[in-house]
Amino acid sequence: MSSSQLAQKRKTNTGFSPAQRGTNNSRAHIVLAVVGFIMVFPFLWQLIMSLSTNAQVMSVPPTFWPGELQWQNFAAVFTKVPFLSQLGVSITITVLRVLGQVVLCCMAGYAFARMRFSFKGVTLGIILSILMVPSQVYLIPQFQIIQNLGLLNTVWGIVLPGIFSAFGVFLMRQFFMGLPTELEEAARLDGANPFQIFWKVMLPLAAPGISALVIITTLWSWNDLLWPLVVTTYAESMPLSAGLATMQGSVSTDYTVMMAASIMAMAPVLILFIALQRRVIDGLAFSGTK
Amino acid sequence: MTLPAGTTLGGIAAAQRPARQRAGSPTDGWWPWLFVLPTLLGVLVFYIWPLFQTGYLSFTETGPFGGETWVGTENYAKMLGDKNVGLALVNTVVYTVIVLLGIPVAILLASMVNRPGLRFATFYRVLFFMPYIAMPTAVALVWRMIYNGDFGILNWFLSIFGIDGPYWTSTPGFAIVAVGIVGMWSSLGFSMIILSAGLKNIPPDFYEAAQLDGASRWKQFTSITVPLLTPSIFFVTIISVINGFQLFDLLYAIMGSRNPAMQQSQSLVYIFYNQAFIHNNRGYAAAIAMLILLVIGIVTWFQFRMQKRWVNYV
Repeated sequence: MSSSQLAQKRKTNTGFSPAQRGTNNSRAHIVLAVVGFIMVFPFLWQLIMSLSTNAQVMSVPPTFWPGELQWQNFAAVFTKVPFLSQLGVSITITVLRVLGQVVLCCMAGYAFARMRFSFKGVTLGIILSILMVPSQVYLIPQFQIIQNLGLLNTVWGIVLPGIFSAFGVFLMRQFFMGLPTELEEAARLDGANPFQIFWKVMLPLAAPGISALVIITTLWSWNDLLWPLVVTTYAESMPLSAGLATMQGSVSTDYTVMMAASIMAMAPVLILFIALQRRVIDGLAFSGTK
Repeated sequence: MTLPAGTTLGGIAAAQRPARQRAGSPTDGWWPWLFVLPTLLGVLVFYIWPLFQTGYLSFTETGPFGGETWVGTENYAKMLGDKNVGLALVNTVVYTVIVLLGIPVAILLASMVNRPGLRFATFYRVLFFMPYIAMPTAVALVWRMIYNGDFGILNWFLSIFGIDGPYWTSTPGFAIVAVGIVGMWSSLGFSMIILSAGLKNIPPDFYEAAQLDGASRWKQFTSITVPLLTPSIFFVTIISVINGFQLFDLLYAIMGSRNPAMQQSQSLVYIFYNQAFIHNNRGYAAAIAMLILLVIGIVTWFQFRMQKRWVNYV
């Protein structure tokens, strides 16, 4: 490395001398690469198994490369489990929850952050108090409500309680509190009513907060197991998370199909994550640290 | 997308209440309630009422034709004598402790991946974060294969070193450890990003000063990074404990319903689910839910109390 390059590096990096950085970073790379491999190995192994034959999956020592790739395992998923209807349920519940939460949490969050009204503290306290209680405590009565409404085994039955999110309200409140007040004042002087101010002025500014909420709700809704398991009994009305967990009985020995199905179940969210990784990580970090 | 719902609300509000000059008035009138009411009603119906209802149910027993009869503290007495509940509490604690062991690893990894000028940092972040994003029931199926006692790759790997691996998920004792390892694997990414956000708040001049004093990398890590990171570490610990005590998805999906080791490997939430929705013992299940609430409450309270001893706020 020439001296000019060294000088260049020294300028761009804080504090550490290039020599020290070089040696320590190579050690860091080794550690990070090893741990990184452990983190993705189950996914790689799953992919390999999904493209193998059942005999190869059960062979000892393991077959690390199946040779001829068994793509038909992926096709078999559609005939052996009600994959398409479960995928449909997963997509529907996620979209409904995200839309519901965005509308409701933005409205409530904005009111709590920027509006003046009596009993505001008490109301916010009531909503936030549910954050401290583990979800199992609500589960039986929620089930009874959904049952009484005749919504068992329906998409709305799965969606309904999760539309209301104290966490989302809190997140959006924190976000709205951080926005400047000048624009609101200006809009108010122009004669806009509170709804117009919220809708036309504040909501566009809230895009980063909303994207954090969308990411969290999508992940949570797509991956959630316990509640869908409680309100659905037919395989066709389950989302993928519950469908996968209960499919063991029917196709338990068809390991390769099971692997293909689980890849297809998590693929949409994983692909979204890899495409938007910066935004997802920032969104989760934002929600975690606020 | 959200326009119709919003506009309707706005329209109704405008019709009900003619525009009025509010400057100087102490409140914003009815507007805030229009914004808050849908959420407030939803929370009251689906969360606050159920909270009290579960409390009530925990003193009842489900009758043969539905409906509840008051049985006083019978469910709680039964719970105290139920060795499955005790075992589930132990299993839940074991699982949580294993997950917590991932936090030191996450601190180290976060400090490495956030080094200034580190190449491939984004790539590493994606690798570490994938398990957290992935559907728990889907990854559970893979781990079942990895843990398989006959042909799983883990036991093959151990056999290279002459170790005869157990039937991980069907041996009581090993099963909860196996689930714990998956829990640690899947939560590492989340801990890492929270800690990374904390790292970004540490002023770089601290490191420069330490550098001038000739402090080694490790010394800098232990005397600057870790102490200044304690608020983030505290947050991650709280979240990990709360999540740990709610172990269900991974256990349910890794073990499978017909697993002979399940009886010894249950978590509190698993027992709750089984009693409430498989055996239809709603009252007893409600009592277990109250126990979960109590345990999480006590542990969280204890953590907040201990916080003063080790968390440094700048």
